[in-house]
Amino acid sequence: MIGLEHYLGVAAALFVIGIFGIFLNRKNVIVILMSIELMLLSVNINLVAFSFFSGDLVGQVFTMFVLTVAAAEAAIGLAILVCFFRARGTIAVEDVNVMKG
Amino acid sequence: MTSADFVTVLPEVLLAVYAMAALLFGVYTTKDKVAGTLVVTTAAVLVVLALWVGTAGEGTSAAFGGAFIADGFARFAKVIILLSGAGVLLMGRDYMERHNLLRFEYPILISLATVGMMMMVSAGDLMALYMGLELQSLSLYVVASLRRDSVKSTEAGLKYFVLGALSSGLLLYGASLVYGYAGTTVFSGIISTIGEDGMATGLLIGLVFLITGLAFKVSAVPFHMWTPDVYEGSPTPVTAFFATAPKMAAMALFARVMLDAFGAAPGDWGQIVALLALLSMFLGAIAAIGQQNIKRLMAYSSIAHMGFALMGLAAGTETGVQAMLIYMAIYIAMNLGTFAFILGMQRDGQPVTDISALSMYSVEYPGRAAAVAALMFSLAGVPPLLGFAGKFAVLNAAVDAGYAWLAIGGVIASVIGAFYYLRIVFYMYFGDKPDVALDGTMTLTGRVFLTGSALVMLAGMVTMLGVDELALGAAQALVN
Repeated sequence: MIGLEHYLGVAAALFVIGIFGIFLNRKNVIVILMSIELMLLSVNINLVAFSFFSGDLVGQVFTMFVLTVAAAEAAIGLAILVCFFRARGTIAVEDVNVMKG
Repeated sequence: MTSADFVTVLPEVLLAVYAMAALLFGVYTTKDKVAGTLVVTTAAVLVVLALWVGTAGEGTSAAFGGAFIADGFARFAKVIILLSGAGVLLMGRDYMERHNLLRFEYPILISLATVGMMMMVSAGDLMALYMGLELQSLSLYVVASLRRDSVKSTEAGLKYFVLGALSSGLLLYGASLVYGYAGTTVFSGIISTIGEDGMATGLLIGLVFLITGLAFKVSAVPFHMWTPDVYEGSPTPVTAFFATAPKMAAMALFARVMLDAFGAAPGDWGQIVALLALLSMFLGAIAAIGQQNIKRLMAYSSIAHMGFALMGLAAGTETGVQAMLIYMAIYIAMNLGTFAFILGMQRDGQPVTDISALSMYSVEYPGRAAAVAALMFSLAGVPPLLGFAGKFAVLNAAVDAGYAWLAIGGVIASVIGAFYYLRIVFYMYFGDKPDVALDGTMTLTGRVFLTGSALVMLAGMVTMLGVDELALGAAQALVN
């Protein structure tokens, strides 16, 4: 029987993969966008699992909001990336370094 | 969902409708030719809304099942957000026009970000919190990269986007855990599940993730790394916006989540916030010392100032929240004046951000140099200027709440931090004569903001202009 903890485990694993994808990835900014998406989707798994096992619909409503915002976020991220590519000519992570932080 | 709910959210709805109408107007008419007019109109709309929200009567009203709360705390924060947004729009208009940046999207994005910020400070539910935060963040990512053909500006937007999205993800993960272990997303429901013996472990982990996400938004150390790059790369009027309204909104949201949703266990988050405050104050003070670029310097300065504001929040008491609100109000007043000056720094029509360009500025422009000196002393927290009153209030609240070590750390950090503010004053009065002096052009709006802000810093110590009373009312609305 698959219980709540299994869903939470999968979600936590996906979330950690997403975070590592952002920090360890040294190649391409697109991969960072994918990692961000992975983080948000793992949150959705969490919300739906909690919602199902507690018999409360609010979590699924929350999921709808998160999905919508994630789509908008991806659109804006890609738009900024296109502008950056036009100005810089590359989207490699190591080239996002005009300003030293 | 009744009409009473809509009456409560009417200011937000009107501003959102205005933003969409302005977008349609901009698209169907002359596009960027109307941008100048739209900037002024938007500023006027924001001021009118600020007056309306500020005089909208007393008491607390909740809408949409507690998801949206309009209380004294929210009104105080909204008035500051709206007024600073209008101020930044007005003083940046000339700069945008000179540098061919005046696109009609700019005022619209600022209005949408303002709607998001108003949602944030009124959020009474994790969903409302998330939607407000994202509306604000998504608009800000775009304005950061407004100068589309510049590598610096687009890189600032990209960095802000990646780290902002990461922080939203962390915040959201925390929200999902809080929802799971509390069984509800409404703040008043979350606080009722915290018993005498503290909160469930799952809830505590959720709280830590929430704090991480919020600390990113207020740029507290160790989640500050985006701040200097974004401040440096964005067009200066946008930087001025970043340094004012969103900081107030994020800080108010932070206070609202901590006290409304987790106020029953102040010990659990107070320690974390205190640590964030201490680290922010020290890193902001030390890392700014080597900076030559005034926008990067202001970024580190804002990190340090957020540390002081968080000190008031860490106290978790009514006086603590009052001190935090006073501190934020003063901080924003100082920053408006400082950025009005930075917007006017240029040589041969090109913007200059190097501090050494200010050498001997006082010889040619004694009035402006004196105003900037007053602002710098105030930012450093030197009495008798108003910046000292803010620092004193938060230090006082921290000592009262038993965080004496934090207050001592704050004093030490502000002494270290005074060095780089005074260095600017030193350049202006005692520096070497530069080869090419700065242009004297400064717009009337810029001069009004610079002088007004400096005068407020001088006059503030006498009366505080009633801000302390208003902040007290706002803090009482939140803490009780």
